Amino acid sequence: MTLSDYLDQFAELFATFDVLGAFWQIVRLTAVSAVVSFVLGTVLALMRISPIPSLQWVGAAYVNVLRNTPLTVIILFCNLGLWAQLGLNLASPTSQTFFEQNNFRLAVLGLSVYHAAFVCEALRSGVNTVPVGQAEAARAIGLGFLPTARLIIFPQALRGAIAPLGNTLIALTKNTTVASAIGVAEASALMKTMIEFRPDVIIAIFLTFAIGFVILVLPVGLVVTSLSRRLAVAR
Amino acid sequence: MVDRTSTAAIPATGSPVGGEPLVVLDGVNKHFGALHVLRDVDLTVHRGEVVVVIGPSGSGKSTLCRTINRLETIDTGTITIDGKPLPAEGKELARLRADVGMVFQSFNLFAHKTVLENVTLGPVKAKGMNRAQARDNGMALLERVGVANQAGKLPAQLSGGQQQRVAIARALAMNPKVMLFDEPTSALDPEMINEVLDVMVSLAGEGMTMIVVTHEMGFARRAAHRVVFMDGGQIVEQAQPETFFTAPRSDRAKDFLSKILTH
Repeated sequence: MTLSDYLDQFAELFATFDVLGAFWQIVRLTAVSAVVSFVLGTVLALMRISPIPSLQWVGAAYVNVLRNTPLTVIILFCNLGLWAQLGLNLASPTSQTFFEQNNFRLAVLGLSVYHAAFVCEALRSGVNTVPVGQAEAARAIGLGFLPTARLIIFPQALRGAIAPLGNTLIALTKNTTVASAIGVAEASALMKTMIEFRPDVIIAIFLTFAIGFVILVLPVGLVVTSLSRRLAVAR
Repeated sequence: MVDRTSTAAIPATGSPVGGEPLVVLDGVNKHFGALHVLRDVDLTVHRGEVVVVIGPSGSGKSTLCRTINRLETIDTGTITIDGKPLPAEGKELARLRADVGMVFQSFNLFAHKTVLENVTLGPVKAKGMNRAQARDNGMALLERVGVANQAGKLPAQLSGGQQQRVAIARALAMNPKVMLFDEPTSALDPEMINEVLDVMVSLAGEGMTMIVVTHEMGFARRAAHRVVFMDGGQIVEQAQPETFFTAPRSDRAKDFLSKILTH
């Protein structure tokens, strides 16, 4: 086969299947889950570094349970447990696109609670890069725990946590493919369909998705590297 | 204002300026694990008084300084500041810390904030002062410690001496009742020590109550009303600077002074 034969196969695949739409779904899942897991992870990190033992305990328990549970189990539980069994609707049941919306949001829920544990630990590693004297100085001028965390510790911890947060974002991007397990029409779901219908061009199909993910993830790594250089706190 | 010439006539344990007791430690004990770092420490510092705490390393003097604004907790005993016992964690404690200025050995300026922001953060966020006023006060304080021209820089761009002077301005911005200095010149290059000590001497001259842990005997002689000598977690001896340096009573103080004053 010549190179042009391969290019013809790609052209055919892109014409027959909505590859860009499937990847757009990946981007949406990633973006929404990243925001939600960042907020949740920040709250968890605050709990873990707080001076209140019961909050520390809850934060540690959350991280250790969620981080050590397979993502597939969490996502399936969101669908089969929270929705099918317990009746948790995250979209209006009368909506025309109820299943699509509900499954998307359940997937976001599962992805967010799972990755929040990793965000929490990334932030905590960032907190460890902030010298203890910074917190002491903040307390010494009369700031309480929350203002100290918000104004002094987290702004510096965030800069120290950019690299591990970037890794979490990359993992999240690829982990969104698990959402196909509950019927979200993202890239890996489309890939299964394509393999089923066009087993004759299987190499082209694999390459499509491999390259697609590289294109999505590569900029994240580059941005993270440049940010962590540019935002480093001078001491 | 403190009349510096009159201090020699006043007994060491009395108030040099006739002020009432401001910081009172009574029977303070503290352990770090098995190590008994503070042993039954009693210390009264009066309003307007400058007390220098000296002693060999590991004698508990830094710990003593840090217990006064509860950066270190104590096991037994009481600490009162301006008649009020030191509160436990929470809003009360934060309010008290706002009244007690602290200057650290390693400066601890907020690394991601500019010099001016370092000085205005406390008044704005802990005292609710409006930004314009905090800025004016902050600039005046930076002017006073001689670093106003560095206001827009980050701490890492300043020399150690400049950073420490900013740290003093940051503590002063809270308008504290008492200032604690925890070895403020120990991390400085020798040529920068005097610029920091000069600021401290002028502060003492203005009547600020100060508790200073230091190895700078020159500062003790110039500005202190009283020298407290600690060893092994205990206050071994306290006296006016001249008396202490020329005629120490305890053997441990004599031994310590013979080691540091030979040059």
